Amino acid sequence: MTEDRRNGEVSTIETLTDDTGVEGARTILVCQSTGCVSSESPAVYEALEEAIVQSGLEDLAKVKLTGCMRFCQKGPIVVVQPEGTAYLSVKVEDVPEIVETHLKNGGRVERLLYTHPTSGESVECYDDIPFVREQERILLRNCGRINPEAIEEYTARGGYEALRKALTSMTPIEIVEQLKLSGLRGRGGGGFPTGRKWEAGLAAEGDEKYIVCNADEGDPGAFIDGYLLESDPHSVIEGMIIAGYTIGAHEGYVYVRAEYPMAVKRLRLAVSQARSNGFLGKNILGSGFDFDIVLFRGAGAFVCGESTALTQSIEGNRGMPKATPRPRTTEEGLFDKPTVLNNVKTFSYVPQIVERGGEWFASIGTENSPGTAAFALTGMIQNSGMIEVPMGTTLRKIIFDVGGGISSGRDFKAVQTGGPSGGCIPASYLDTPVDFDSLKAAGSIMGSGGMVVMDTSTCMVDVARFFLDFTQKESCGQCTICKLGTMQMLSILEDIVAGKGQTGDIELLLDIGRTVNSGSLCGLGQTAANPVLTTIRYFRDEYQAHIEEKRCPALVCKELISYHIDPERCTGCTACARACPVSAISGERKQVHVIDQDVCIRCGVCLEKCPDRYHAVDCISGHLSEGDQ
Amino acid sequence: MGDKLDEILACYKGEPHEVIPVLQDVQEVFGYLPEQEMLKIAKFLGLPESRVYAVATFYEQFKFSPRGRNKITVCRGTACHVRGGQRIREELERQLGIQASETTPDLEYTLETAACIGCCGLAPAVVINDTTYGRLTPAKIVKILEETKGASE
Repeated sequence: MTEDRRNGEVSTIETLTDDTGVEGARTILVCQSTGCVSSESPAVYEALEEAIVQSGLEDLAKVKLTGCMRFCQKGPIVVVQPEGTAYLSVKVEDVPEIVETHLKNGGRVERLLYTHPTSGESVECYDDIPFVREQERILLRNCGRINPEAIEEYTARGGYEALRKALTSMTPIEIVEQLKLSGLRGRGGGGFPTGRKWEAGLAAEGDEKYIVCNADEGDPGAFIDGYLLESDPHSVIEGMIIAGYTIGAHEGYVYVRAEYPMAVKRLRLAVSQARSNGFLGKNILGSGFDFDIVLFRGAGAFVCGESTALTQSIEGNRGMPKATPRPRTTEEGLFDKPTVLNNVKTFSYVPQIVERGGEWFASIGTENSPGTAAFALTGMIQNSGMIEVPMGTTLRKIIFDVGGGISSGRDFKAVQTGGPSGGCIPASYLDTPVDFDSLKAAGSIMGSGGMVVMDTSTCMVDVARFFLDFTQKESCGQCTICKLGTMQMLSILEDIVAGKGQTGDIELLLDIGRTVNSGSLCGLGQTAANPVLTTIRYFRDEYQAHIEEKRCPALVCKELISYHIDPERCTGCTACARACPVSAISGERKQVHVIDQDVCIRCGVCLEKCPDRYHAVDCISGHLSEGDQ
Repeated sequence: MGDKLDEILACYKGEPHEVIPVLQDVQEVFGYLPEQEMLKIAKFLGLPESRVYAVATFYEQFKFSPRGRNKITVCRGTACHVRGGQRIREELERQLGIQASETTPDLEYTLETAACIGCCGLAPAVVINDTTYGRLTPAKIVKILEETKGASE
């Protein structure tokens, strides 16, 4: 049974009787993670509860909140158990029909089911939707299945059993051995072997040691750590307690990003539930081991994702990385005491490794990168959401089989991993397996879990500028080469996108970029130039088009494009003129409209507003001036 | 206002490493970090005033002037960027007559940006007060802003 529970394939019937205790009863799961909540899933939740009461079905149907169901693109998601029927993009108005047709009469609301984009067939069960079916369930095994605000749901699926096993039957050395056997590498991006880190923490001298969980997920475009904390906070807490027991620490800190209010809320609740259930505090499970957790909200500094900057921040300082040479964090970390600092995902894997053994984990994924890779898959992709696949899965499989391909109907151009520290990988590298070493060889990094897909409407020079703008603002200023180098690179990139690039700019960017990467103290600076270096490596022609021809092939850079109304197609419907924020469009009703290029700010509202049946507004390369119309 | 500060400080021991949580609590109550309160915080924690100011200015979260009654946060995450988030920000800047991280003179609106609000499936996204609006276009955000204005009047 325990095996089954850990597998994540726990029978839905079991969940059901746990919840209602009535035979033939249903549980209606409603996703309440940040994405679905933003699409008003709380209102759907309330409407379901109300409609069930009104229909007199209270004894036969129970509404339950869950964490992320992964398929964020189609939120809010409602799953009816035990049959597993998934209703997607549910609105409050849909609730009466779900209750009447499904819960009362046992039918299905066909129009809310998943429709296969190519075959057009409906898919009823959540687990059969290709986006879900193609995935692994280890890290995210509880997400979307349990109520993250109820500790009993975590324990019902085998939660805290690993802690019990560790405390009652394993020595710290045995835990380290299992971790080393598992080959688990840190999921914060660096990929340092977790077993070796914990071994160093255990070997470090001192009575006072600390565990720190890095939940300062600052990469723009990555939200997986936040969603994991929202959806399965106890797995992270359990991993931290086991870490504490292993190295002999009695206090742990979770450094969580303040921009994740729901993660903070659920984590706070989970810590207090773990305390009242005897998993945190004094004499845990009667073992004599004491451990407790403090939540520390970050205050909005990306560099605090760097371990020594993070500990500085908890200590009440400016979050600046410590100078090298310095002792390792495992010897001298938080409050100058031996500290084991790991990412959210790393801690979350630990209970399963302790329970199922290191060999089991090592059997998944690749030799050098065992286990699974979890990403927030976003951008110009059909299926946005959280994904988990075995390490070694190719980018092509992730983007086209799991992700369903490009959402816009345009061609794939690049995939970005690792946020501002990573790079953009082009179509010719789509068969690259996703693991720590292969992504590095392709010029990017695994990073902390963002995977942003770009199509041909994305300008790669603009993407490089976007990341540099971010890094430059977030540079702490300690290393001159980082602060000024990123500033110089940004200023060159701004010139290029504005059509003011000069011959030699590419070489200058490469030169400064390599210097910044080699001359900076911390991970932020050492990787700051990666978005620039990889876009030049793979998309040099795009830089050249901007610099030599003053042309943006993707039609993104405002100074290099114009909007134009085709007089043949314009019917004078006035939709564009009414919407133009700067009144640049003139023309009477039923007369051809004209854009005043000197007034136009190239916001693109006219193109958006022109009805599809006319399609009279074009975005064209080059800067028109008065008289060109 | 002084009482409110005392209430917050009563929850702390007055140790230097508590500076960030104290500042966070003060900002939550006051909406920003007023100078007088920062001076008192320094005294309470036994830190030089310069040190409290140095820490506060390092972090994006802390503000030193009053915020608008309505807070608009534009996500500048990568997914939002590739789906046109910059155009949404520019449209808002134009509509409100302020730049990102500024407040309108009538204290009605503050426009901010966030590195990623974690709703990439809804990109491009904007949070107005506590409501998230997703899959935006410049035209849509203008309409939403008008509705917000209507509601607050």
